[in-house]
Amino acid sequence: MQIEPREHVAAWRIALAPVAAVFISLLIGSVLILWVGASVLEAYSLLVKGAVGSSFALTETLTRSIPLIFTGLAATIAFRAKFYNIGAEGQLYCGALAATFFGTGLITLPPLLMIPFLMLVGALAGGAALAVPVMLKTHLKVDEVVTTLLLNFVILLFVGYFLEGPLKDPMSMGWPQAEPIIDEGLFPSLVDKSRLHFGFVFAIIGSVLCWAMMRFTVWGYEIRAVGLNASAAKFAGINVNATVIRTALISGGLAGIAGVSEVAGLKGYLTLDISPGFGYTGIAVAMLAQLNPLAVILSALFISMIYVGADSMSRAINIPTYIADVLVGLSVLSILVSVMLTRYRVRFR
Amino acid sequence: MALLAFHNITKRFGSLVANDDISFSLDRGEVIALLGENGAGKTTLMNILYGHYTADEGYIEVDGQKLPAGQTDAAINAGIGMVHQHFTLAENLTVLENIMLGTESLWSLGQKRAPAKAKLAQMSKDYGLKVNPDARIADLSVGERQRVEILKALYRDARVLILDEPTAVLTPQEADSLFKTLKSLTKEGFAIIFISHKLHEILAISTRVEVLRRGKIVGSIETEKADRKLLAEMMVGRTVERPVLEQMTIGKPIVELEDVSVEDKNKDTSGIPKLNQVNLTVHQHEIVGIAGVAGNGQSTLADLLSGLEKPDAGTFTLLGNAVTSASPADIVHRGVGRIPEDRHSSGVVGEMMLWENLISEDLRHAPVSKAGVLIDRKACLERANKLIDAFDIRCEGPEAETKLLSGGNMQKLILARALSPQPDFILANQPVRGLDEGAIAYVHGQLLAARKRGAAVLLISEDLDELFALCDRIAVMYHGNLTPSYDAKTLTTAEVGLMMAGTNHSEQTHSENTNHSVTTNSGNEEQPHAN
Amino acid sequence: MMDILEILVSAGFWAATIRIVSPLILGTLGELICERAGVLNLGIEGIMTMGAMSGWMWVYMGGDLWTGVMFAAFMGLIFGLLHSIFTVYLGLSQHVTGIGITLFASSLSYYVYRMLLPDATTPPKIEPFQVYEVPFLSEIPVIGEALFSQTPLTYLALILVPVVWYVLYKTPLGLAVRMAGENPMAVEAQGINVLSIRTGAVMVGSAFMAVGGAFITMSAFDAFFFGMINGRGWICIALVIFASWKPGKALIGALLFAGLDALQVRAQQTAGALIPYQFFLMMPYILSIVAMVIMARKASYPKALLVPFRRGERT
Repeated sequence: MQIEPREHVAAWRIALAPVAAVFISLLIGSVLILWVGASVLEAYSLLVKGAVGSSFALTETLTRSIPLIFTGLAATIAFRAKFYNIGAEGQLYCGALAATFFGTGLITLPPLLMIPFLMLVGALAGGAALAVPVMLKTHLKVDEVVTTLLLNFVILLFVGYFLEGPLKDPMSMGWPQAEPIIDEGLFPSLVDKSRLHFGFVFAIIGSVLCWAMMRFTVWGYEIRAVGLNASAAKFAGINVNATVIRTALISGGLAGIAGVSEVAGLKGYLTLDISPGFGYTGIAVAMLAQLNPLAVILSALFISMIYVGADSMSRAINIPTYIADVLVGLSVLSILVSVMLTRYRVRFR
Repeated sequence: MALLAFHNITKRFGSLVANDDISFSLDRGEVIALLGENGAGKTTLMNILYGHYTADEGYIEVDGQKLPAGQTDAAINAGIGMVHQHFTLAENLTVLENIMLGTESLWSLGQKRAPAKAKLAQMSKDYGLKVNPDARIADLSVGERQRVEILKALYRDARVLILDEPTAVLTPQEADSLFKTLKSLTKEGFAIIFISHKLHEILAISTRVEVLRRGKIVGSIETEKADRKLLAEMMVGRTVERPVLEQMTIGKPIVELEDVSVEDKNKDTSGIPKLNQVNLTVHQHEIVGIAGVAGNGQSTLADLLSGLEKPDAGTFTLLGNAVTSASPADIVHRGVGRIPEDRHSSGVVGEMMLWENLISEDLRHAPVSKAGVLIDRKACLERANKLIDAFDIRCEGPEAETKLLSGGNMQKLILARALSPQPDFILANQPVRGLDEGAIAYVHGQLLAARKRGAAVLLISEDLDELFALCDRIAVMYHGNLTPSYDAKTLTTAEVGLMMAGTNHSEQTHSENTNHSVTTNSGNEEQPHAN
Repeated sequence: MMDILEILVSAGFWAATIRIVSPLILGTLGELICERAGVLNLGIEGIMTMGAMSGWMWVYMGGDLWTGVMFAAFMGLIFGLLHSIFTVYLGLSQHVTGIGITLFASSLSYYVYRMLLPDATTPPKIEPFQVYEVPFLSEIPVIGEALFSQTPLTYLALILVPVVWYVLYKTPLGLAVRMAGENPMAVEAQGINVLSIRTGAVMVGSAFMAVGGAFITMSAFDAFFFGMINGRGWICIALVIFASWKPGKALIGALLFAGLDALQVRAQQTAGALIPYQFFLMMPYILSIVAMVIMARKASYPKALLVPFRRGERT
């Protein structure tokens, strides 16, 4: 088997790669559906119907995509600099914790200020959660993958402590949950009688800003250069450590905002289960988007579709909901291969 | 029957034809020189012979038996041994481990170290290749590593030995001793394929020369009937013009190093300073050359002058101001143009576009960016177009991916970035490595033009011919020390060679301006400045 | 202070340490083998989950314990093969592939578990490995109880440490594996297929990880829970760095870690009123980070770690 680089990468191949990856994932996933004894086509059409088949389903899908866009952006920006932040899950909880700390009565501002303020403190908290791993990486060469992964567990326990201790809602009847965010801090609703909130607009703005940063600014240039060839970047005079630290803070900040949005936009209060692994799924979102901030919106919508659709599909044909997670895991693997095939051709002899 | 025969070998990489219908053969006791420029296809052909690559067409026979294609183990079993240009040794492992790898069945439950060691010791003695079997590769000099590579091949009972640019990393004296070893091997019936682009070596060692140009054999000649001029023309396809060093009076000093030391911060290694009290001055209107075997501190010197390292002791003065911290951006801003040793790993970001690589040293200044934040794409593209014209970069345009450029054009891109701001000091670290004659002439022309307009140039090179052709003065690095610089006109290659091996120039038994040589391979013919 | 001393001399503490260390040894050795060949395997967390589920399920479905362990190992081989097709043959990002394998393998484990046991509200149990008291040796005070009154899988884990060391340092195969992680071109130049060596190492390493996971459901506990690997895989990766990629040091590191973990559990019982339990539970993760920080500067990692090798590609 021979792998040869293509001399020219056609744009249609790049655009087609995620489509192919999704197709491969669904194809492999159909084995699991057949195991249940259901018809594959019927199952997938149930999935689509469950995700976009009604206006309620559609708003649910959009709502679910909000944290995924943010964590997807977090992974996108970091991975662009080859800084493997696998800690978005923890950073999300840090953002949520900060929003809870400041948003449950400590400070009261009019909504126009309160909401941005909560997002700011959430972003700072998310960034702070990544400060230790990134400093360890730039100054002591400690691998960030393992430190960010391990910190996820630490942070979750830390949040658990707050929810059972200092921040516990006395009205929660023993459940580990925090007091609700004050009304001024709650994101306005976007569509009546649905859970879709203003966070979706923030997420779109976030994507556009990230895209613009990567494409038009010196920071974006530096992030790309450091990620593609750190030693050439260093030689050219780019401060590699500063770039990596900056990238990490932006990445952690985006994940932190995801947490704010879940607490202040969706649930209204912090619990230990606000994220069913949005941080990890964000990696899949970013990969499926080929690390393009605008494409993150699409891939987050797609993955959110799978999660929302899988819920109703599983009720209808009695298939475990974990099918959604399996599909997401598969899509990370299949996007890797399909993107490779855009740049290389495989020849067998 | 020939010991080894190539039959119509063709190999393509994408649209590039690296080897085009190559056929020739060799016999026991022969030394075939494969001569050709960088990129002519020499290494590709040998990689096919050794089984790293599979030929698209054609086949190879050893003793009349067809050699299975693309199988290194088959090549080894057929008695072919290869000394790669980039040594294939694991640095953290010992000599014996490196040699024993692959000699025993992978599934045997233990290693037979003692007999292997005995066999190695015997071979070391027989061929005069001294190595300590228990030494870690990382602790060996380049010359010793090459011995390990040769022993590795001999240990596997090679009959055909391929040496790919074996002298590139050796001092002239080490090269001589390598040649002696090779000659004694041919007497015992070994056949040798010797890859080089250095004409004097080929004339000294080979029995026959096969000349490769753009993947094709363009000539085959008995070495006895060949001379330098003829070979050079066969290799390049036209007469080679040597650069002429115009007489010039030097101006004010631009770079001054006084007793500069750089410590080795890596705790793993011996802790010997990477630069030890180095003194050097480079003036306007002159090119100073730094010779030395790779790994003697040249790259640290280059790092210091490119702003990647700072002096731990001593003073580094640039245009009258001291440099005390390591900052490439600052160094560039203060008027240094830098050509890095490895263009792929530190020169350019291959996946970025041409115009992006052209602005990388100037990101936060106008006209590249506005207020140091927004990149002015239009202005950058304009500038890129100008530079592409001025430096004759052959490409599809400023928005082409940089990694698609040929080596020569990539180097022109780096020259454009480094030289277009008219720097006062130019650091050129191995600027022509891996380039073909046309590109070499271009790079040398640019350095000479810079010298003429008044820049100070420091040229670091392992190629003595290049240094003698371009430099006003030459200094030699050895173990982190730098010799004083000597007038290039009064030096001989042999003298430089001895300094490269650590012999103090003043200790050499002859005076500077007499021209007798100590070793066999050099003569006046070697000295380009003599013509 | 007295409390801690008392704990340190109690056989129960040491027995717990050895019990905690077993899956860590298996996971760490597995990761070490992969990385020695030049391949980072971030799939470890998912592969351990898969091993835990599949071994347990095998037994629950009526298989016996040892074939269950073999089945878990087999699943490890399969996922190791998947990881090496991506990282070794196709040369894709080892980081992203590993994360993808972890996401896929763990969600598939949960899927299969739910699929086969749709209605189970309380996790069903199996008859796990029983303690095997080594004759005579187990009667030695403290040490005997700690070291020689364990389940067979613990003995297996402990025995594998010198075995892996021997294979890596004393056999031609081990030499090829180490060389593949240092300079794959050197392996290729000696006529050995780098891709096969790396694939083999990743597969065997992954089988070790899967057995490490199986230990948790078949020896330490008797049921499979969701999220029960709980970051142990990541801890193993930290331990490999702490051990400087050496099997002996991996054992010491894992023991140290398990000892502190066992201590933490006991300290929690005595000091639990003063310090919230979450802070005790954080200790293993924080310790792992600290261990990496301590060793990061000295670590001499395999030179070709993370570097894909493509045969016949022009450089």
